[in-house]
Amino acid sequence: MSLAWIMALLLLAPLVAASLAFALPAAGRWLALATAAAVSFAVVRLAALVLDGGVQVHRVGGWAAPLGIDLRADGLAVLMLAVAAIIGGVVTLYAPAYLANSLATRGERDRFWPPFLMLWTALDALFLSADIFNLYVTLELLALAAVSLVALAGKRAALEAAMRYLFVSLSASLLYLLGVGLVYGECGTLDLSLLAVRSGPGPAMWVAAALMSGGLLAKAALFPMHFWLPPAHANAPAPVSALLSSLVVKGGFYILLRLWFEGLSGLLTPAAAQLFGVLGAAAILWGSLNALFAPRLKILVAYSTVAQLGYLFLLIPLAAGTTDGFTAWSGGLIFLAAHACAKTAMFLSAGNMLHAVGGDRIRDLDGVTHVLPLSAFTFGLSGMSLVGLPPSGGFAGKWLLLGAAIARGQWWWVATLLGGSLLAAAYVIRVLFHAFTRVAAPARSRPVPPVMEWTALALSVLAAGLGFTARGSATLLRVGAPWPSAGAGRA
Amino acid sequence: MPEANLSLYLLAGPILFAIGFYSLLVQRHVLRRIMALNVMGVGVFLLFATLAARADAATDPVPHAMVLTGIVVSVCATGLALALAHRLEAAEEDRADGGEAKR
Repeated sequence: MSLAWIMALLLLAPLVAASLAFALPAAGRWLALATAAAVSFAVVRLAALVLDGGVQVHRVGGWAAPLGIDLRADGLAVLMLAVAAIIGGVVTLYAPAYLANSLATRGERDRFWPPFLMLWTALDALFLSADIFNLYVTLELLALAAVSLVALAGKRAALEAAMRYLFVSLSASLLYLLGVGLVYGECGTLDLSLLAVRSGPGPAMWVAAALMSGGLLAKAALFPMHFWLPPAHANAPAPVSALLSSLVVKGGFYILLRLWFEGLSGLLTPAAAQLFGVLGAAAILWGSLNALFAPRLKILVAYSTVAQLGYLFLLIPLAAGTTDGFTAWSGGLIFLAAHACAKTAMFLSAGNMLHAVGGDRIRDLDGVTHVLPLSAFTFGLSGMSLVGLPPSGGFAGKWLLLGAAIARGQWWWVATLLGGSLLAAAYVIRVLFHAFTRVAAPARSRPVPPVMEWTALALSVLAAGLGFTARGSATLLRVGAPWPSAGAGRA
Repeated sequence: MPEANLSLYLLAGPILFAIGFYSLLVQRHVLRRIMALNVMGVGVFLLFATLAARADAATDPVPHAMVLTGIVVSVCATGLALALAHRLEAAEEDRADGGEAKR
């Protein structure tokens, strides 16, 4: 199968399915299953192509840039596509049972599928985009789909959270777009690899970089721009929270990486890199403390996302300005993949437990292991990856980041990484403590469909074992990585 | 276009953007905030259009293509925002009715 077909499958399968799901609401679930199969197949084929032949570029319709659109796949893009395919597939299996039990009417349930498939389209397009304007368009598509999903529950709190999310998201996109305009005015190109050659320090470029980063930090919910995340993620249905926490916020982070390590790499001074790290460290501290004292389970998991996103940003000071930033680079990205799997499993198992006990206060969970041993185990197992115990993916990622911090003598990040792990352990154990409390009469409970328990469990097992695949992930990430000195190098 | 006019336009775009951004932050009414977002968008589009006119020889088509795409995105976003505002208003009225019935 040629590259053109693979790209078409990745983008058109979810897009066509989304449109069909809109026209034929009852078929949404089956369309999503077909999409999951098609996209997974395409990702596997693309991974093989990239591992064999290096970075792959496809010109849509044979039109060359700047007016045509280039799609580019390197190791990083393939990793992100694979993560999106795994999470998308699991949510496709989990959502029907969850929606049948949580939303009142059939019509409301069917409304989940079109924005979900649109979200998937936007993610695939975002990861394959090779120029900063297409990244803007996909970012906006992603935001519109995500806002629609947050509003799905239809309650007042959900609508308010969706509205706030929409305002933050749209103004952030416009900040980014203003930056794109300035970059085009200075450099005369939008292409990331051409920008890498043409961009250089200067007042206009500094303003542009600040505008774009400001917008993307709000999208990626990095402290102190995280304020919109907990209400939006906590008020959405469980499968939606899982998608938002594991994939949508990563979209903003992905573009930041593309900018600072590719297009605008000449502008990343050590001070700017350290600033990203400091914000990341503040996010770890603030998010973990809020998670520790959160009264409701979904708020706890949402603040945990705020904290875990902070780790991703430690990648920037550790990988920037060195000839071997690859250790930190692969560490941060393996951490990203592990967080996506673990956080999805955690939100889904939280959804199961809340469904069973019929409340969302953490103290309602007392004794929930009696009725839902599998979901409580899933929560613990995904918590293990968040804390970073071996052999989880979280461990592999943190280990590589730690190694890079020690190698570069930046000891303050070592303390941050270790302190953050302790705090994560504290808030995970707080939930497990309630779950394992012995109560005289088992908590009153509603039955949970088995598919909801098993899909979440499978994903948490994957997160817990992801450390074993770290070497393979690193080989993939090498392809097209910004450090050409060792391995496959830049094509 | 004469140089002086061009710099006027180059300034006007970011100023419009700033006015919109300021309104978004200080206004509380949902409709005003949606309009503020649109003003921000117009500011960006104006900047793009100016960049297109700045090219020495012929007009640069790339910023025009971007503005067209941007307008489509902006219409979609405004549509979604208005729909959401409508739902929110309905939910608030429901709540107000419920409150009165209880009394």
